[in-house]
Amino acid sequence: MRTAAKLRLRNGLLFISPWLLGFALFVVYPVGATFYYSFCDYDVLSHPVWLGLQNYRDMLTDTVLWQALGNTLLYAAVSLPLGLALSLGLALLLNQPIVLRPLFRTIFFLPSLVPAVALAMLWLWMFNGQFGLLNIALETFGIKGPIWLGDPAWTKPALVIMSLWGVGGGMIITLAALQEVPRELYESAEIDGARARHKLWHITLPMISPVLYFNLIMGLIGVMQIFAQPYIMFGGNGGPSRSALFYAVYLYENAFTYNDMGYACAMAWILFLIILGLTLIATRATRRHIYYAGKAK
Amino acid sequence: MSYCRCIASARVAVWALAALLLGCGATASRQAEGGPVQIEYWEKWTGHEGEAMREIVDDFNASQNEIHVNLITVSQIERKIMLAIMGGHPPDVAGLWTHWLHILCERNALHPLDRLIAEAGLSLDDYLPVFKVLLSDRGFIFALPTSGTSVALYRNRQLFREAGLDPDHSPTSIAELDAIAERLTVVEQRRDGKIVRLPYTELTAAEKEARNFRIVQMGFAPAEPGWWTMLWSTWFGGALWDGEEKITADTPENRAALEWFRSYPLKYGLDNMRAFASGFGVFMSPQNPFYSGKIAMVLQGVWMPNFIEKYAPDLDWAAAPFPAVDPAMNPITIVESDIVMIPRGARHPREAFRFMTYLQRPEVIERLCLAQRKMSPLRQASPHYLETHKNPFLPMFIEIARGPGARIAPRVPVWYEYMAEINAAYDKVGSLTATPAEALAQVQRRVEWKQRRAQVRWDAVGPARLREWSEWQP
Repeated sequence: MRTAAKLRLRNGLLFISPWLLGFALFVVYPVGATFYYSFCDYDVLSHPVWLGLQNYRDMLTDTVLWQALGNTLLYAAVSLPLGLALSLGLALLLNQPIVLRPLFRTIFFLPSLVPAVALAMLWLWMFNGQFGLLNIALETFGIKGPIWLGDPAWTKPALVIMSLWGVGGGMIITLAALQEVPRELYESAEIDGARARHKLWHITLPMISPVLYFNLIMGLIGVMQIFAQPYIMFGGNGGPSRSALFYAVYLYENAFTYNDMGYACAMAWILFLIILGLTLIATRATRRHIYYAGKAK
Repeated sequence: MSYCRCIASARVAVWALAALLLGCGATASRQAEGGPVQIEYWEKWTGHEGEAMREIVDDFNASQNEIHVNLITVSQIERKIMLAIMGGHPPDVAGLWTHWLHILCERNALHPLDRLIAEAGLSLDDYLPVFKVLLSDRGFIFALPTSGTSVALYRNRQLFREAGLDPDHSPTSIAELDAIAERLTVVEQRRDGKIVRLPYTELTAAEKEARNFRIVQMGFAPAEPGWWTMLWSTWFGGALWDGEEKITADTPENRAALEWFRSYPLKYGLDNMRAFASGFGVFMSPQNPFYSGKIAMVLQGVWMPNFIEKYAPDLDWAAAPFPAVDPAMNPITIVESDIVMIPRGARHPREAFRFMTYLQRPEVIERLCLAQRKMSPLRQASPHYLETHKNPFLPMFIEIARGPGARIAPRVPVWYEYMAEINAAYDKVGSLTATPAEALAQVQRRVEWKQRRAQVRWDAVGPARLREWSEWQP
């Protein structure tokens, strides 16, 4: 290597060294450490005691962990498609040339800016069985609302409803993608006599499919790690009959309440593998339906 | 900017960052030279309890010029203290509750105080007998108390009168508690197209069976306030441990406690109780069900008048020992204590202990207990303390804490996990989704599993840990 090239390499490394240092200290080391600790009994204060695969074996028979995983998957299976459909629907509506369109866009986007803690506190009251706005609204239609947060059958539906409150983020991304769809495609389709649903199915959805895929993957990763809202609303024990105990909450309890950091690390790695697996499945399932401009199908 | 100057700036930035990182580590070890030794005291209490302790700390600081205590109120202290110890910068003194002591010891988070106690000439015989057990672990003393509490049954005398009951009589058995609770329960029932409000006892057998009413007031609700739910078996002669290490969750006495717990939703209707409970406000608010007259009797600690005075000053109340299933077992109570201890790695353990010794002076303990409306852990109480305490039933609280019926939470290394499991069992049984036998069998299984995991650790570190504790020099 010539001297000038060496100099450039050294200076380049020097420039990125703060980031490299941060990456090594705050990402590579902690991730590597969690992998090691997942094979240990580690309570943070004492030296880790090597257990081999015991943590992973214990997870197989931990009934609460399976319940938490089941709760998380069920919640994800309902909340994710509903959220995607709603954000797409809202984006399509707000892409129409209507009066006060910017105002509506702002109104629908605003709730997604509310912090998770404030949101949880707000919905605690909305879902109140006796004085909650939701049940009062239902009562006007002659429907007796459930005890949303006190009945094991209704805790997850309550959280799903609450999650829809934050679809504004996905909606904005979808809306941006909708505006990128070339007008001439619609004009050509109209000349050929295409109706609205044909245009939606054959132009809009294929053209925004990469964004829908992005929303799906990001939503999947987020929904599998749901923590703040259920933790604030139900505490670490997961509410009535642990019906709102989610995987990340149980992981947190093991790590920071029981100080069973080794077991929590093993749980974290399994969660990582589950999310990775689901992401791969989603990628494989949607691959044929994603259209990238400039790339032959 | 030229290329060379740009490179030079980058170098400066990197060195500045490195210096900043190194500097952060160094600041904590600085100590003012010449002045008093600065010690850091983390206290769990915020609010008025925290303020009461702050006044004591201020007095200590003013009383001498060698040590200065910096009081910091810390929420979720039990979690943060672990991180602080791990990071090598724990406070010198930490104020927690007794139920955390065994868990912290198990993780080697505390220094034993035996040597310091002997040097200072303190004696645990000065405290009520139950506190001796509360302060120690595996043969070592790890904490000193600042205030204690026992729990008893508070009753709303006005609601007793309205129900035609003697306001000066408190139930003496669980069966009587349930009977009185029934008479104090008021419901709204639809009759002939109209909603009528009436005592539960006036419902017809068919109406009781249908449970198609709305609860307006309850005599007693075992799930309220929920702080000692896991210990209900105490009043049924049960225990969650054998006093050593063995978990005894699945026993006939504990099953009886759970049967009693679920008798309430079975009698009053699960949905009715859920709807009723969903209207409760938080403990420290006028909407608390006891202050607002929604529940007539509740298990609470000696401090309760503090909050009654604030949120329901006109409440006509009284307190008596919570009844056992068999009156011959009375009185039974649960005793807990606020404690101070020295976290492992504290920089000034001797100075910290000097402050802790100051907190043990009878006049200081009593002053703190008067301000926090708690119970003094000391055997002896001054007339001034007894006369001026805001809880007129204080002698009763002391008496039951002193007696043979004083119980404490299990001192097992996995108590937090145990608590979560037993609470989950009560929740399931109270939700009528599991029988007491099923729920307790699961608790027994899961906690024994957790216990086994804890034992693996202790087997690996135990002997060295005991040696370290016995040899520790402050």
